[in-house]
Amino acid sequence: MLRINNLVKTFDGERRRRHSHAATPEEARVFAVNDVSFNVENGQLFTLLGPSGCGKTTTLRSIAGLERPDSGTIEVGGRVLFSTNEGKKPVNVPANERGLGMVFQSYAIWPHMSVFDNVAFPLQVKRRGDRVSRKEISERVMRVLETMELANFADRQATKLSGGQQQRLALARALVIEPPLLLLDEPLSNLDAKLRESLRYELKRVQRELGITSVYVTHDQVEALALSNSIAVMRNGNIVQLGRPREIYENPNCRFVAEFIGTSNFLSGNVVSKDDDRYTVNTVDGQLVLDSAATLPIGTDVIVSVRPEAVEVSTTSRAGEVPNEWKGTVLTRAYLGDSLDHVVGLGKHELRTRGNPSTSIEPGTTVYLRMDPAKLVLVPVD
Amino acid sequence: MITASPTAPARERAMPGWLRRVATPKTLIIVVVAGLIGYLALVPLYYLIWGTFFDANGFTMGGFARAYGDPRVGGMIGNSLWFAIGAAVLSLAVGTALAYLNVRTDVPFKGLFFAASIIPLIIPGILYTIAWIFLASPDIGLLNKVIEPIFGPGFFDVFTVWGMVWVEGLHLSPIVFLLMVAAFRSMDPSLEESALMSGASRWQVFRRVTMPLTRPAIVAAVLIMVVRSLESFEVPALLGLQNGIYVFTSRIYFVLRTYPPDLAAAGALAVGLLVLAVIGVAISNLVGRSSKNYQTVTGKGFRPRPMELGKWRPVMGGAIVVYFFLTVVGPLLVLLYTSLLKFYQAPSTEAFASMSLDNYSELFHISAATTALKNSLLLGVGSATLVMALMAVGAWMVVRSRIPGRQLVDYFSFTPLVVPGLVLGLALSFVYLRSPVPIYGTIFILLIAYCTRYMPYGMRYAVTSMHQISSELEESAQVSGASWWQTFRRVLLPLLSPGLLAGWIYILVVSFRELSSSILLYSPGNEVLSILIFEQYENGQFTVLAALGVVMVLTLAVLVVIAYKLGAKVGLRQD
Ligand SMILES: Nc1ncnc2c1ncn2[C@@H]1O[C@H](COP(=O)(O)OP(=O)(O)OP(=O)(O)O)[C@@H](O)[C@H]1O
Ligand SMILES: [Mg+2]
Repeated sequence: MLRINNLVKTFDGERRRRHSHAATPEEARVFAVNDVSFNVENGQLFTLLGPSGCGKTTTLRSIAGLERPDSGTIEVGGRVLFSTNEGKKPVNVPANERGLGMVFQSYAIWPHMSVFDNVAFPLQVKRRGDRVSRKEISERVMRVLETMELANFADRQATKLSGGQQQRLALARALVIEPPLLLLDEPLSNLDAKLRESLRYELKRVQRELGITSVYVTHDQVEALALSNSIAVMRNGNIVQLGRPREIYENPNCRFVAEFIGTSNFLSGNVVSKDDDRYTVNTVDGQLVLDSAATLPIGTDVIVSVRPEAVEVSTTSRAGEVPNEWKGTVLTRAYLGDSLDHVVGLGKHELRTRGNPSTSIEPGTTVYLRMDPAKLVLVPVD
Repeated sequence: MITASPTAPARERAMPGWLRRVATPKTLIIVVVAGLIGYLALVPLYYLIWGTFFDANGFTMGGFARAYGDPRVGGMIGNSLWFAIGAAVLSLAVGTALAYLNVRTDVPFKGLFFAASIIPLIIPGILYTIAWIFLASPDIGLLNKVIEPIFGPGFFDVFTVWGMVWVEGLHLSPIVFLLMVAAFRSMDPSLEESALMSGASRWQVFRRVTMPLTRPAIVAAVLIMVVRSLESFEVPALLGLQNGIYVFTSRIYFVLRTYPPDLAAAGALAVGLLVLAVIGVAISNLVGRSSKNYQTVTGKGFRPRPMELGKWRPVMGGAIVVYFFLTVVGPLLVLLYTSLLKFYQAPSTEAFASMSLDNYSELFHISAATTALKNSLLLGVGSATLVMALMAVGAWMVVRSRIPGRQLVDYFSFTPLVVPGLVLGLALSFVYLRSPVPIYGTIFILLIAYCTRYMPYGMRYAVTSMHQISSELEESAQVSGASWWQTFRRVLLPLLSPGLLAGWIYILVVSFRELSSSILLYSPGNEVLSILIFEQYENGQFTVLAALGVVMVLTLAVLVVIAYKLGAKVGLRQD
């Protein structure tokens, strides 16, 4: 549905030249998007996830046609929207002829129009040939407003809506032309936590009901995991890992991804033996066995990522029965409502664990930590 | 009585005590400053009304009857509106287009915008008008000479209402530019981008999103420009009078210059002009207040991105160069050219051969020129210093104090903004012709006029700076035991000084341009530079005038650059 190949977008670094050591404007260029490629299948929700400044917005705006990439190709539903392929004629379809839907971070609701007019606008500005009748405009607008539960506000001034309603209005406006592709730039980031959660599911529902292919930009990993069919984690203009939410979470391919998605304990160590997929790793705090599909020679320095919820805390030892049991002392605990964290001291380091709130252990108690080899992740040192 | 009643001494002691409490330096200063501000703002208006409606026999409408009974008055009002609205529309169209190009597109030559936006401060209206006469007068205009072979003689005629509209409109356009740049900057660009994503064309985006959202700013700008053109004196006087095209200001001037001057009739015209100006300002305030607040949520994605003009980029770039030539290079060059000639003539090999710096050296030998320069400097420095000193205290009253009636101080200090310069000049002559103090005919009456006119600017600078100083700085000085005066002098003044200095230079600069009040108040020996230029124009001394103009522009350019730098430092924009 959406195919992006080798997208590159740079900006002049002139404004920063004074502070950087770059001698020429060329050296000072900012590579906001640096050779990014991905495909999105029909009806899927694809998420660009990454820290601030990693190039998510720039990628999205390039798809929208609001930013002109330096090179690469962008194709939607077989139609080439942008291309700089050598040999062929360069293509750059203007934003207003791409026919895509977009929801802006600031919503960009037109304050001088009513709710109805905001949604009707994309239909009203259609080209002569495709223009729809007044009656049909009104029908289609009302249908979309109903889907978004805004029908009662049709005549209201758009600025008189609450934040959540404005957000839904922005979505309604993007959807009214039934675009082949919907682009969303951090659409929930201006809302408070509670509302964000309910709208997240609302968004998922609409997206699935309409089966609309979407590209979603966020820096919120929870949002990304909850909504997406697949996720691309970006860093400094590059995609570092691309996969289904579960893969990304359970098998991060580098420390950056593991750190960015969820919380993790990192233990550095050294591969001491390898038997098929089963590795044994020596760390400062003890030995660990774990399963990994990676092919690393013995002696390699590695990092083991331990998710807090992959650690079982117990006051009794089962040494010998199960692998990876370590002894430690509870330092602190934190009650988080739906879970309970213990921070356990292991001589040199501390390990955060997460479990059911029913297991609560006094600080100072000696405990045994057990880690399932299948849930430990071997991350190459970058 | 020998034995005093017990209450008498008590009361005697109470009185000085009460007096001592009230007659502190603080109250004294405040009363004096508030009194001066009120005096400067109100007394001229009072005398203007009085002088217009009363004569030796009491109330009379005679002045009105004579002023508005004239059969040509209909044409005069028509011309005034035509001129004012025409100039406002021209300046609006040009200024808005330039602002949009500058803020929202990738138009080339953005550096020129800066130069073009501070030029009105540098070229006084009188020089600008004269420069356009040199360019587009039907007999001597250089542009006419250039195109004569194609279009015949006298193709352009600046001595028409259209010519007046053209010159005034171009001279005002940088102000509109500055206002609209601010308006476009404050608009979230994603509002336009989302329209583009909806499939709207550039033109649809502009018409249906950009324009409606900037409408309040546009309405305000157009009204301000209408009022300023109504008040303009230089352009109608130099361009209109020649062909008998009168507007309010030039008519007032004409009535006062005919012998015997009919003060009451001039007053009646001035009142009419004042009413128009007040209406304009009132509407613009009303619009400003009732316009809905279009401020919407702006996320961190807010990053104005210039729109690509594509194939229009060179066209727009060309338009900007043309604009720059018309408003800046053309007028300045023609002044420079003229200043080097022996007598005014169209460019030719002989003309270039005869060029010399004689006019400049002659400036030193004209005693009137040195006197005028001295007077201009004296008045500029004097009024700037007085105004900023007054306004430092005035701003404190308005911003910080809880003194009842402080709002009045605010209103009064801004009142002169709606009073056209010519009207103020007339009103002051009403005041001081009757005053027993011999001020009329001295330079002091000019000083009073300048102080009054520039009070609003001084207030704006002082208030803005005052707002930037946390009141806690002042309070901590008080807690440390400093008196009000000590706090003011040792804490507030030093902190205010950058803002006050910027205001000071601004007033110094604009005072050099002042013509419309001075023209009614000066007397021989008290000429200022702009008056001298006006006189030299009337005497046909074009070449010396041009040299004087070039010197003046250069001086002002230096001052303006300093003012601009300082203004930017204290967060103020000049207009
Ligand atoms: N117009 C521009 N001029 C110069 N640099 C820019 C411009 N737009 C973006 N950049 C730079 O490109 C990089 C990527 O920016 P982008 O807006 O895509 O980040 P982002 O991933 O969306 O971040 P955020 O989560 O903060 O929105 C940043 O380093 C940014 O400073
Ligand atoms: Mg972003």
